[in-house]
Amino acid sequence: MSTEKKERESLFSAKNRRLLTNPLGIDNPITVQVLGICSALAVTAKLKPAFVMSVSVIVVTMLSNMLISAMRNGIPQRIRIIVQLVVIASLVILVDQVLKAFVFDVSKQLSVFVGLIITNCIVMGRLEAFAMSNKPWPSLIDGLGNGLGYAWVLIAVGFVRELFGSGTLWGYTIVPESFYDFGYKNNGFMILPPMALIIVGIIIWIQRSRNPELVEEN
Amino acid sequence: MQEIFNIFVKSVFVDNMVFAYFLGMCSYLAVSKTVNTSVGLGLAVVFVLGITVPVDYLLNEYILKLGALEWLDAGFKDVDLSFLSFIVFIAIIASMVQLVEMVVEKFSPALYSSLGIFLPLIAVNCAILGGSLFMQEREYQSLAQATSFGLGSGVGWFLAIVGIAAIREKIRYSNVPKPLRGLGITFIITGLMGIAFMSFLGIKL
Repeated sequence: MSTEKKERESLFSAKNRRLLTNPLGIDNPITVQVLGICSALAVTAKLKPAFVMSVSVIVVTMLSNMLISAMRNGIPQRIRIIVQLVVIASLVILVDQVLKAFVFDVSKQLSVFVGLIITNCIVMGRLEAFAMSNKPWPSLIDGLGNGLGYAWVLIAVGFVRELFGSGTLWGYTIVPESFYDFGYKNNGFMILPPMALIIVGIIIWIQRSRNPELVEEN
Repeated sequence: MQEIFNIFVKSVFVDNMVFAYFLGMCSYLAVSKTVNTSVGLGLAVVFVLGITVPVDYLLNEYILKLGALEWLDAGFKDVDLSFLSFIVFIAIIASMVQLVEMVVEKFSPALYSSLGIFLPLIAVNCAILGGSLFMQEREYQSLAQATSFGLGSGVGWFLAIVGIAAIREKIRYSNVPKPLRGLGITFIITGLMGIAFMSFLGIKL
């Protein structure tokens, strides 16, 4: 029992904690590394699909990072992309089947975007950049951190778009009826795809003006 | 014939891969710094989409779909392999990209060296896999329709990346607020371009 506890403490060393917290802020996969934009934007018109998508991506990044890291010494350099894709694709099939079984309506809304987790650059990028050269446990944490970094942006965008676009959150009405009586209107523009891009642009703007070291030279 | 043309126009403008579905955004943002490289990448995407969508269509039609294996034996009537489609599609795409890479390397070394890392990265371009998955979801009726959808999506993606690259070349001379420079302004411009492309929505085909 005591040995197990000792090992736990080292598992959450300062270095591992940084792996978890960096992707949430200054190393965010979406706003800084520019990974995984593809599926991030299309599912954010409502909060619920955004949440389900985030959870799926977190699961896939975590597990694939860990698996590839465990296999990293046995993978020949030349065919590593195919090996990685097979591992990711199998995990995504699992996630897809689970979603179809338990939250069928959300799975229908997400349509092809669940399958597109396979080509989500976050998963691939973390495998290449981290899992291929690190041990399984840090890789798992790195996957979790990047998944969470992806998740908060998705949920923030989904929150803004659903609140202002439909006046609801998670499908429940938030904006009270009396507002509408005074002439408040839902901003239908928020539901449309281009707004997702503009909101992410604004998130990047806010983040960079608070962290000047992230500002790009042109 | 007209149906096929309609699908093409629709997938270029109305259901544009970038502006309506945000597919292939990663390479779209990363490679759009100059017009030249983005033309090369755009052509490669058109080419790969034009090949993989029809091939995946045939696979879906004759192997994966519910009852698709009937041509083999009447006993396979109830077999549904569609849960395997992700892994089959991605395998086809990865091998096609490898093939394209070898062909380009052999016949056009200049294009090969200018595309560099981006050619293998097409394998993980969401637009390619997205093309196959949309093809499966929308249930196109014939091989010709699937091909025209694949080519049309590719051309739409090509248009989008060349457009943003041209704008980004110009915007280098503008006074953009510091924190917005680079990624931020590109997102916002893409959003505005998307709004412009939405004006095609009203077209009934």
